[in-house]
Amino acid sequence: MADPASLIEVDNLGVRLNTSRGPAQAVRGVSFALKRGETLGLVGESGCGKSVTALSLMGLLPESAVVTGSVKLDGNELARLPDADYCKLRGNRISMIFQEPMTALNPMHTIGHQVAEPLRRHKRYSAAQARKEVIALLDRVGLPDPAKRIDAYPHQFSGGQRQRVTIAMALACEPDLLIADEPTTALDVTIQGQILDLIADLVEERGMSMILISHDLGVIAENVQRMMVMYGGTVVESGPTDEVFRRMGHPYTQGLFRARPKLGARKGTRLTTISGTVPELADLPVGCAFADRCPLAIDQCRAAMPPMIKVGAGHVVRCTRTDVSMAANVGALSA
Amino acid sequence: MSVFVLRRVLTLLATLVGASVIIFLVLDALPGNAAQMLMGADASADAVRALTVKFGLDQPLAVRYLQWIKGLVVGDLGNSYVYGTPVASLIAERLVLTIPLAIMSMLITVVLALSAGIYTAANHNKLGDVGVMSLTQIGIALPNFWFAILLVLLFAVRLQWLSAGGFAGWDDGIWLGVKSLLLPSISLAVVQAAILARVTRSAVLEVLREDFVRTARAKGLGKREVLWSHVLRNAMIPVMTVMGLQFANLLAGTIVIENVFYLPGLGRLIFQSIANRDLIVVRNCVMLLAAMVVIVNFVVDVLYAFIDPRIKVHDL
Repeated sequence: MADPASLIEVDNLGVRLNTSRGPAQAVRGVSFALKRGETLGLVGESGCGKSVTALSLMGLLPESAVVTGSVKLDGNELARLPDADYCKLRGNRISMIFQEPMTALNPMHTIGHQVAEPLRRHKRYSAAQARKEVIALLDRVGLPDPAKRIDAYPHQFSGGQRQRVTIAMALACEPDLLIADEPTTALDVTIQGQILDLIADLVEERGMSMILISHDLGVIAENVQRMMVMYGGTVVESGPTDEVFRRMGHPYTQGLFRARPKLGARKGTRLTTISGTVPELADLPVGCAFADRCPLAIDQCRAAMPPMIKVGAGHVVRCTRTDVSMAANVGALSA
Repeated sequence: MSVFVLRRVLTLLATLVGASVIIFLVLDALPGNAAQMLMGADASADAVRALTVKFGLDQPLAVRYLQWIKGLVVGDLGNSYVYGTPVASLIAERLVLTIPLAIMSMLITVVLALSAGIYTAANHNKLGDVGVMSLTQIGIALPNFWFAILLVLLFAVRLQWLSAGGFAGWDDGIWLGVKSLLLPSISLAVVQAAILARVTRSAVLEVLREDFVRTARAKGLGKREVLWSHVLRNAMIPVMTVMGLQFANLLAGTIVIENVFYLPGLGRLIFQSIANRDLIVVRNCVMLLAAMVVIVNFVVDVLYAFIDPRIKVHDL
């Protein structure tokens, strides 16, 4: 499966974390490949393993985490790479934007200092070179008056501005892969669109690959070429975004889609929910993790983990009942 | 910034005034008349009365308080009832010992505590962490005068590296002075360092959990770099607060330790003056200690603003 065109190749990734409730298999058998310039969305509820997947690509899992499987960047194995070697990649070839711009910046250092750090470290820029570059970067991410504000501290900026700063920081060394973990979840709705547009523009302008993590199907639909839906640490559906939205195969994906709030719904109509709760990662069932909440579940679903079924071009679904689920789902988008 | 400092200066002055009132009232309420003490139990009532007038002890409370404050402002602290010499010069002689002692033990405290605290936090839950933390637990439990005696037994009696007590002064070279203050300052520092090490450890651990630490790691910084350039400065706020408070403990500790080591410092002067009912000396010494504590905490407050850029804005 070694495809020379792949920038990143994840094969059968597994992550076991030590939680207060004992060891938890946070990620199981996740595989995907991403070409240069390609964008991939990861969707799922909190605790489904999407952030853990992202952090394992960054090599930033807690020390106690056990990683199995393989993560390759340009064919070089990253899983279990010594930290000193990983440091040369982070912020340089792989960068990450986090969810909380309010706490992601160090309150004690100026934003200029913080954006300059990757430049000084990876590109060995002098202080003066770095400063010039930081001003250009801040200008590019749309921070007003960057030459003056470069010496300001994080508390002097709004949430949206701070997220622009973290984006500048992530892009400083022109990485090949950008991982954006819920980059707009903590922001005001009015700012969310601006930040997503900025990220999309930058990804296109610099030919980066991007993994966008979100629980918001709308954000995924508009921003990525391919998407993966995760549930209980596994990928339950994956395929080209248009294709998945047109023909959702997994009952969970369908449930997520039905659960989104809709404009123009009659007053008093309750939002559709998926009954039940996300299973404890420390206590996952043998079979399909979604079986207990699935309206279509049969005994076979609980007996063993269902295989990935191909339902379209590049579109796969981890469900034994696609015959029923996909028949019932005709016209889901207009629902 | 200047508003911040100004406000702190005003608080400092108010605290000093409050402290002076309390010190004056408490010492006034103490049983025992200085004149009676000096002249002995057999002295005639007239003679005691004459001495009372000479010391100004017959004046009303408020007048005596204001006279004292006036003296403090112009630098005239009056004369010792016992020695008859100016209190100011008595204190000055003793400060030559006590201030270097306090500085040395504070330095030892900070060096020990920061290295132990940072080391244990960086090796959280590993063997080194558990080992050093157990040591600090013992350190906290040690009474400093008892530890001082152990140090004397080892370094002075057995190894004979240092003298068991006394102060060599500064005239024969700095090293001799430092050497004679070494054991006292170590005994004072051990307990403080144990407490401060635990504070440092938990402060560093807390900051290590912050999101910006992960951001810094995501930029490619190694663990050690993140610790030095991102974590420590954030962790210094609680550490400095405790350091400021410990300074007061340290000064109180000198009273005991100077007696253990026969050091002619401020602590010993206070101790002797209390025994002699030389209340004018006691009052001024205690006021001086209070002022030192308040000033150190003022310096800590101002340092906050230098370390944490957010404080200036909030307080303006």
